[in-house]
Amino acid sequence: MTAVLGKDLVGLEHLSSEQIRLILDTAEPFKEVSERPIKKVPALRGKTIVNLFFEASTRTRISFEFAEKRLSADTVNVAASGSSVQKGETLVDTAKNLEAMRIDMVVIRHPSSGAAQFLGDRIRSNVVNAGDGQHEHPTQALLDLLTIRDRHGKIAGLKVCLVGDILHSRVARSNIWGLLKLGAEVGVCGPDTLMPRGIEQLGVCRFRRIEEAIEWADVLNVLRLQLERMERGFIPSLREYYRVFGVTVERLDRAPREVTIMHPGPMNRGVEIDSRVADGSHSVILAQVTNGVAVRMAVLYLLAGGRPELADAANRAAAPE
Amino acid sequence: MRPLLLQGGRVIDPSRDLDGTADVPVQDGKIAAVGAGLGSPDGVDVRDVRGRVVAPGLVDVHVHLREPGNEDVETIASGTRAAVAGGFTAVCAMPNTDPVTDNQAAVGFIVRQAARAGLARVYPIGAISVGQRGEHLSEFGEMVAAGAVAVSDDGKPVVSSHLMRTALEYARTFGVPVADHCEEPTLATGGVMHEGLVSTRLGLKGMPAAAEEIMVGRDLLLAELTGGHVHLCHMSTRGSVDLIRRAKEQGLRVTAEVTPHHLTLTDHACEGYDTHAKMNPPLREAADVAALRAALKHGVIDCIASDHAPHAYDAKEAAFDDAPFGIVGLETAFAVAYTELVLGGVLTLPELIARMSTAPAAAFRLPGGSLAPGAPADIVVLDVTAHWTVDPAHFHSKSRNTPFAGRTLTARPVLTLVGGAPVHEADGSTP
Repeated sequence: MTAVLGKDLVGLEHLSSEQIRLILDTAEPFKEVSERPIKKVPALRGKTIVNLFFEASTRTRISFEFAEKRLSADTVNVAASGSSVQKGETLVDTAKNLEAMRIDMVVIRHPSSGAAQFLGDRIRSNVVNAGDGQHEHPTQALLDLLTIRDRHGKIAGLKVCLVGDILHSRVARSNIWGLLKLGAEVGVCGPDTLMPRGIEQLGVCRFRRIEEAIEWADVLNVLRLQLERMERGFIPSLREYYRVFGVTVERLDRAPREVTIMHPGPMNRGVEIDSRVADGSHSVILAQVTNGVAVRMAVLYLLAGGRPELADAANRAAAPE
Repeated sequence: MRPLLLQGGRVIDPSRDLDGTADVPVQDGKIAAVGAGLGSPDGVDVRDVRGRVVAPGLVDVHVHLREPGNEDVETIASGTRAAVAGGFTAVCAMPNTDPVTDNQAAVGFIVRQAARAGLARVYPIGAISVGQRGEHLSEFGEMVAAGAVAVSDDGKPVVSSHLMRTALEYARTFGVPVADHCEEPTLATGGVMHEGLVSTRLGLKGMPAAAEEIMVGRDLLLAELTGGHVHLCHMSTRGSVDLIRRAKEQGLRVTAEVTPHHLTLTDHACEGYDTHAKMNPPLREAADVAALRAALKHGVIDCIASDHAPHAYDAKEAAFDDAPFGIVGLETAFAVAYTELVLGGVLTLPELIARMSTAPAAAFRLPGGSLAPGAPADIVVLDVTAHWTVDPAHFHSKSRNTPFAGRTLTARPVLTLVGGAPVHEADGSTP
């Protein structure tokens, strides 16, 4: 059966708004599975999935693994960190070897942009991008969209601002595509040293001051600032970054409306975000994590050829094992 | 060697502003005459080239032949076989071999290997610095005596302005140009494509145009300071074009080259992470392509050079970040340029031949680029009506890395003569 998403999920740039909505809608019935005492449905029974992580990850890998297990798939985790196996030559060989083992799906995270597409172009199995370099992290953006929709009841017309290191962020790119396709207004805020060239041409507004972004936004998605950005000279110090761009209670108190606070994690408390904001009543950061499992279940289910309208029925009809 | 007569072709010789139907008799490896109805004495190998173009052999001042060191991807023999198949009768071999061509023995090796292959003429380029490490000047004098025609650390920029200055000064004694790969490393390091909207979308680290232009500007200032001859390799930005134009108006000794791919492709070729579009300098934007074409037309940029850069068949089969820079070009250069620039209305055919033969020969003060009687019979006969589809499997080069695979192009060399000897003849329909 031809899956409605195509063979692979590499990014949101080339998905239609209908496809994105379909994933979010399909995630809804899967949310309930995780609330059951026995958290398992047979939708992917007999399927084998390899989680191929060339880069360290805790949250995303565990989230995918839960999604796979709750769909009854058989999973193998390959943590291929270390420089010798991160090279492209090995990626070709990895692809060929996986194919030879007749697996059904690969979830890949890789430090090189384009690695997920590279793999998808070379194997028959479905490929899910769990983050490729600075390109895309589609399931993160999908769970962000689902969380915004849960909180606000809609996405179209909302003003969502991504704050921080846009230049190096695959989360930012996937969010920009997904939000724009679903009709949100998108802002980006951060120092110019961390803004990619031509970002405005993607259709986003640019804020140089966090105060202006907060005044404008309904939702702030605060990105993690990696410590190596300071070492590489993109910002002078974490201390100054927090003073100039930090999302603090004091700044939010001056906002004209309640601003929903999101963060893809892991957080640097006191660097990009004030602890009181992260733990405050407007934070949906843990709801994002919960939704991550449901969104990934929906993606895996749809890529495997599952029919969206049957997702709900599939969950209920089969007795949990 | 049997005398030969190219009969009835359209003879184009930019060195003498000649374009018309004529016969070209070749004797003792030299062009005997150019004229109409010269007749054919007994024993002459008569080639009917009516409907074909007879031009001075193409000259490429920038190729990587990979020998010594990487003979698995190209050798002097395979590279010159590719050259003559592409209509080139002379190529200049860059010194980033392994070991680096930075001394007279290494230069002599290339000269001997080229003679043994007996195909295109190979003019070695010696390294500017020992080991291309950017520290100590190589022995230009001995290298030139052994056959080097220029010096360059190509593949690497000359980071030290002091080294570039001394190279320009020292090279004056030997009358050779200093060819620079212009790249300001602190801006470009880690970059894999042009910095722009496409790199933003693909999440790939970009190299800004300024990284090239800063070094072009520096080199031109040093050319002014020293009076030396700087040759700027593979220009890729409109900003570089502006700088060169001003320098030439000032009368500085500067020459510049541009590749067929920088004249015809943009950074959009990197979409889909196509590693065959990964080169350094990177493919730029449409406005840069337009500026480069105009610069070539008006002589601000002197010549087309292929920057033929062979890589192993599987080296490009990698994530974009991990793939090597560069593409092969000898066997597609003329056809790409003809199809895009001549049929595209940018250059006339005589202008294209000037930019690929007469001008590069003049820039590096090489013999060739002329059909004047008495000149060595380095000649290409072109069929500018032939349509063919690029199939890398048919390349004479040992490598296949080209972004033009599958493209249908017009024009191809059908006969290449070096010193009067036919070194390439296309048979039938396959190039």
